[in-house]
Amino acid sequence: MAERYSSFAPGGTAWVLQRVTAAVLVVLLAFHFFLLHFVNHAADVTAADTMARMENVGYFLTMVLFLVAGAFHGLNGVYNALVNQGLSGSRKRVVFWLLTVAGVALVAQGTYVALAMAGWI
Amino acid sequence: MSQSYNRGLIEDFGRWREFSAGMWAWIFHKFTGWMLIGYLFTHIAVLSSFLAGPEAYTDTIQGLEGLLLIRMLEVGLLAVAVFHILNGIRLLLVDLGIGLDSQDKSFYASLILTGIITVASVPTFLDGFGGVLG
Repeated sequence: MAERYSSFAPGGTAWVLQRVTAAVLVVLLAFHFFLLHFVNHAADVTAADTMARMENVGYFLTMVLFLVAGAFHGLNGVYNALVNQGLSGSRKRVVFWLLTVAGVALVAQGTYVALAMAGWI
Repeated sequence: MSQSYNRGLIEDFGRWREFSAGMWAWIFHKFTGWMLIGYLFTHIAVLSSFLAGPEAYTDTIQGLEGLLLIRMLEVGLLAVAVFHILNGIRLLLVDLGIGLDSQDKSFYASLILTGIITVASVPTFLDGFGGVLG
């Protein structure tokens, strides 16, 4: 077995989740770009189109999954990049909680907006 | 097969002249990742204009799309996202033990494919542009 180097401790929960969310995001990011730039042009987007898409429960759930996966993958990636740069001790704990709060706030805000777009709140 | 890779102090960006293909892939992945998570926060902020009413949302989106700068940034975002996706697939495969010996070639392939997809997408991103230059 080759000696391995990675930004993450292999086998840990965060390591696995980073890869699981990566696999999810490969599909959803490509889908999102394709739908909103190639099928529908971004310049032609109107609130009515967005509301019609978001009223579909499957689309709504897919977008919320996309947001959760993106927020986790991105912020966990930032955290690990900072740890790679030597972040440690109390500063590491502060950054961890700052990123966690930012992620929860991002998902909460995005879900709230999606619920409003769907007309459910 | 036993083989070890001595990466040295890879976190030292000052050593960039010594970087190999795999190191550049690592740096590009990190750089594009920072841009994507930064964009995600911006994206949700823009979409939140819906909370001010459907008209405010439509005006915000179409107002932004009327700026050439935004259209160009969107092409840049596509390039960043495509590279991150392709290199991410490369990393997932390497994690699974596939293609480690040709990881430099798959990095170059990711770059070339990103370039082709980005250039081919420019007409789509500029389609219908009738806004202002700036």
